[in-house]
Amino acid sequence: MSIVTFLNAMPGAVAQGMIWGIMAIGVYITYKVLDIADLSVDGSICTGGAVCAMMMLAGCPAWAAMLAALAAGMLCGLATGIFHVFMGIPAILAGILTQLSLYSVNLKIMGQANQGLSPRNYPVMVSMQFLKRANPFENTIVVVILFVLVLIAVLYWFFGTELGCSIRATGNNEHMARAQGINTNRNKIIGLVLSNGIVAFAGALLTQYQGFADVSMGRGAIVVGLAAVIIGHALFGKLLRHNFALMLLQVVLGGVVYYMVYQTVILFGLDPDLLKMLSAVVVAIFLAVPYWKKKYFSKSRKGVNNHA
Amino acid sequence: MLELKNITKVFNPGTVNEKVALDNVSLTLEDGDFVTVIGGNGAGKSTMLNAISGVWKPDEGQILIDGADVTQMPEYKRARFLGRVFQDPMMGTAAGMGIDENLALASRRGKRRGLGWGITKAEREHYRELLAPLGLGLEDRLSTKVGLLSGGQRQAVTLLMASMQQPRLLLLDEHTAALDPKTAAKVLSLSDQIIEANGLTALMVTHNMHDAITHGNRLIMMHNGGIILDISGEEKKKLTVEQLLAQFSKVSGEAFANDRALLG
Repeated sequence: MSIVTFLNAMPGAVAQGMIWGIMAIGVYITYKVLDIADLSVDGSICTGGAVCAMMMLAGCPAWAAMLAALAAGMLCGLATGIFHVFMGIPAILAGILTQLSLYSVNLKIMGQANQGLSPRNYPVMVSMQFLKRANPFENTIVVVILFVLVLIAVLYWFFGTELGCSIRATGNNEHMARAQGINTNRNKIIGLVLSNGIVAFAGALLTQYQGFADVSMGRGAIVVGLAAVIIGHALFGKLLRHNFALMLLQVVLGGVVYYMVYQTVILFGLDPDLLKMLSAVVVAIFLAVPYWKKKYFSKSRKGVNNHA
Repeated sequence: MLELKNITKVFNPGTVNEKVALDNVSLTLEDGDFVTVIGGNGAGKSTMLNAISGVWKPDEGQILIDGADVTQMPEYKRARFLGRVFQDPMMGTAAGMGIDENLALASRRGKRRGLGWGITKAEREHYRELLAPLGLGLEDRLSTKVGLLSGGQRQAVTLLMASMQQPRLLLLDEHTAALDPKTAAKVLSLSDQIIEANGLTALMVTHNMHDAITHGNRLIMMHNGGIILDISGEEKKKLTVEQLLAQFSKVSGEAFANDRALLG
C-alpha cells in the first residue's frame, strides 16, 4: 500500500466518521445521558436513510427529505418509548422490538431491499464524490462539519434548559428526579424521540453520502455508536470535558478516529468481513475496563465518604 | 395538614413472602408539627413515608394533604407538596450534576419546566448565600459534581434542596443513619435549624431513641405495620429512653430487640 492511497482514503474516512459521529451523538443521549441502552437505532438509522432516499427519488429537495427522515426517526423513538414506559418492557427489549419491526417498515418504505440515489441525478447535499470540491458549501467535509456544529449548538442549548436539565437528572437518578417533581416517564420518551431523530438524520446523510439506502445498513449501528462514544472518551476525555458541547465533540471525534482506523486496517488488507467482529471485541474490551478497574484496582472509598 | 386514613399495604400478597407492611394506619399531622417516628426493622416506618410520597399506591385507605385527596396522585406530582431526604446519601441528589444544578432542579419543584435556562446567574448567587451558613465550604465549589462530595455533604445539600420551595411537609427517612456519629449530629442539628427557620411540618424516621426524644414535639412508635404509641407535648418532653423501652414492651408484649435503637 502506498502512502498516496492511504492519504487519498482519509477525507472519505473523516466525512464518514463525522456522519457516524452524528449518529453516535444520538446514542450518547440515550446511553450516557438517559442511561438506557437503546437498540432501536439499528433500525432507525435505516429508516432515516430509506425515507430520505424515497423522498429524493420522488423529486423532493434534500433538506425536505432530511427533515422527513428526522421526523420518521422521532416516531421510531416514540415507539420504543411507548414499549418501555407504557407497556413496562425493559428498555433493551423495547429497543429490540422496535428494531425488528423497523426491518419490515424499512422494506415497505423502500419497496425492496435497497434503493440507489446517484449524486449525478439527484440534488444530494453530501456525497463521497464531493469530497474535494472547491466551493466550501458543496464540499462534503465542510457541509458535514457545519451540520455537526449546528447539532452540537442546539443540543448544548437544549440540555441547558429547565426541560433539558430535568432529562439529565432523570438519567442520573430517577428517585431524586421524581422527588423533585420531574415526570421521569415523559422525559425518557423525549430522550428516546430526540436520540432516534438524530440517528435517522445521520442515516439520511449516510444514504446521500454513499449513494444508496440498504435495509441492512443499520446492522450493528449501536456498536459503532458506542465505539465512537468510548473511543472519544478514551482519547479526548481529559482534554474535552469541561462542558456538554465538548463532550459531544468528543463523540464526533471518536467517530472520526473509528473510521480512520477502519479505513487503515482495510487498506492494510484485513478481510472486511471480520470488521464487525473486531468492532464488537473492541467495544467489549472498553466496556469491561471500568468494571475491571473497580473490581481489581479500587481502593475502598467508604471510610472517606462518610466524613463531612 | 396531613391525614392518613386507614392505610393498608401488603407486599407480595398471596405468596410465601407476603408481608403486611402497613396495617390500617391512621395519622393526622397539624401545621408545624415535627413528629419523630421510631420502631424496629420492618415496623413500617419507611413504608409509611413512601406511602405519603407516592412511591406506590396503598391497597386501602386515603391520603389527604391540606384536605385534598392525593391517594391516586403520581409521585412526581405529589413532590410539589413534599421535601424528601433519604437514608442513602446517593439517593437524594444527581451525582453527575453540579451542586448548583441540583439546587436549581429542586427550586423548580412543582413548577412547569420549559425551555428557559435551567439555571441563571442570579440563582447561582442566591445558592452561594444559601450554602455559606452550612460551614462546609460548598459555596466556593458551586459547580462541583455532587458525586464528589462526602455523604454528610450530600445529605446537607439534599436537606437544602428539600426545604426549597417551602414544602408543606418535610419527610426525613433515617437521613443520618448512613453517616458517622459526628456527621450525623451535624446533619441532625442542621435539620432542626431548617425546620425551625422555615416553620416546616416534618416527619422524621429514626432508629435512635435518644434522637427521637430530643427532637420534635411529638413521637410515634410503630410496630408490625401499626402505630402503637403516640406521645406529644409535655408528656414527650419528660420522656426517657428507659420509659420508651418499657412502654414498648408493655404495648407490644415483647422486648425491643434492636441494638441500633438502644444506642445513645
